[in-house]
Amino acid sequence: MNGPIYLDYQATTPVDPRVLTAMLPYFSDVFGNAASRSHPFGWKAEKAVDNARAQCAALIGAHEKEIVFTSGSTEAINLALKGVAKMYASKGKHIITSLSEHKAVLDVAKHLEKEGYEVTYLAPDEKGRHSAEQIEAAMREDTIVVSIMWANNEIGTIQPIHEIGKLCKERGVLFMCDGTQAAGKIPVDVNEAGVDLLCASGHKIYGPKGVGFLYVRRKNPRVRLVAQMDGGGHERGMRSGTLNVPGIVGLGAAAEVARLDLDSDAEHSASLRERFEARVFKALDQVFINGDEDNRLPGCSNLSFAYVEGESLIMGIPNLAVSSGSACTSASLEPSHVLQSMGVGDELAHSSIRFGFGRLTTEEEADYAADEIIRAVNKLRELSPLYEMAQEGIDLSQVNWTGH
Amino acid sequence: MAYSDKVLDHYNNPRNVGSLNKDSNSVGTGIVGAPECGDVMKLQIEVEGDRIVDAKFKTFGCGSAIASSSLATEWLRGKTLEEATAISNTEIVQELSLPPVKIHCSVLAEDAIKAAVSDFKRKHSEEEA
Repeated sequence: MNGPIYLDYQATTPVDPRVLTAMLPYFSDVFGNAASRSHPFGWKAEKAVDNARAQCAALIGAHEKEIVFTSGSTEAINLALKGVAKMYASKGKHIITSLSEHKAVLDVAKHLEKEGYEVTYLAPDEKGRHSAEQIEAAMREDTIVVSIMWANNEIGTIQPIHEIGKLCKERGVLFMCDGTQAAGKIPVDVNEAGVDLLCASGHKIYGPKGVGFLYVRRKNPRVRLVAQMDGGGHERGMRSGTLNVPGIVGLGAAAEVARLDLDSDAEHSASLRERFEARVFKALDQVFINGDEDNRLPGCSNLSFAYVEGESLIMGIPNLAVSSGSACTSASLEPSHVLQSMGVGDELAHSSIRFGFGRLTTEEEADYAADEIIRAVNKLRELSPLYEMAQEGIDLSQVNWTGH
Repeated sequence: MAYSDKVLDHYNNPRNVGSLNKDSNSVGTGIVGAPECGDVMKLQIEVEGDRIVDAKFKTFGCGSAIASSSLATEWLRGKTLEEATAISNTEIVQELSLPPVKIHCSVLAEDAIKAAVSDFKRKHSEEEA
């Protein structure tokens, strides 16, 4: 094996050559401003954008007029939650979300709290799931929106979105869903699922960085938003700013490839994940799958290796590009907020690693990754006083530690 | 996170890994830290007269924590108990070029040394008592 092996597909993905080929003409040849209505340069750009809009809509079973292009999911989440909160403030100021959401949702929620909104943060169960019943119990007369992600970026747990969507419909509450990890990886249909707002990002699906979209339902109900960016009134007034035509073309192409290859991509990633996990579990004891083994994103494996610490473990596998916690927070020493919200003890949360398998991963790489992690864990357990104590039959939870 | 060459060297080739008989009268054991904080160090010294003749460690923690305790065992060998307790965390920080976020690893190593020495002294004060 030469050089580091990329196993961080939940953080980002390489641009698919088919996507790159589709994008290239739109940098220099077809460079027009999609908002220029008075000449063919603008018309060509607009046509390309419309085509991409249809491709994105097709990926999630939406109508093309329901797609608002943004710079990515973070912007889409800001637009959706702040936009809805402002628009429906007279109806209510209560929002329901999950402690295991991405920081983009949690930080927007905190921002809204400072502006006088009330947010209920629900804790998921030990597999990272929320039930519709739990969400229903948190609903109030003044609840305006529920924000629950389709699939979690750290552990891959897939939520019972259809049940949550049905509940929200019945109660007349808007349902915002962060689909960043799900769209293009597993079947996503906004109408079947009863989702009113959904975001997705190009770079998670083998498209370019810096581009994504927000789906905004326009029928049953028609969702209205207060724009968060003032300007030329692009994207039906919801997101001003000259459209990133090459990026949007890439996003559309990536959405189309992902839709057409959905089953084979998922099968490929899942089979590598299973192969990797089987090899690891055969060689090591005290390894735990974080998340919901039966409801996981196909390419995501989040494992905790008891008695070894995550950062030192990553140091021991320099040839594997993996993540400890989420990429956004991996510079901090705090254990993952997602694992904490599920009740995974800090000790196991500290020893968790996310392995991501994707379109370009090979069987050889999956095997090599397993062997590398096995080697590193064995080495660190030799070094670990906790492993030694556990071998001696000491119950670590009963030890009087000198915390610091 | 970029690690210094010395941290990498101690991580890749940890010195004096292992355990001494904690029930032996000539051995002092210090266990500091907590699993939920992400680091636990076990440091043991074997003492003859007033001098440390052997030191072993096992550490659950990041690379800097492993390196700090590995370095501590190297420094402890041959020192008197008094010299051992005089080792300060700042010396470890300097030797390993630890960044500010990793200073707590050196503090933990200093605590482990002191805990091991006081465990040894406790055993002997009980003996004398």
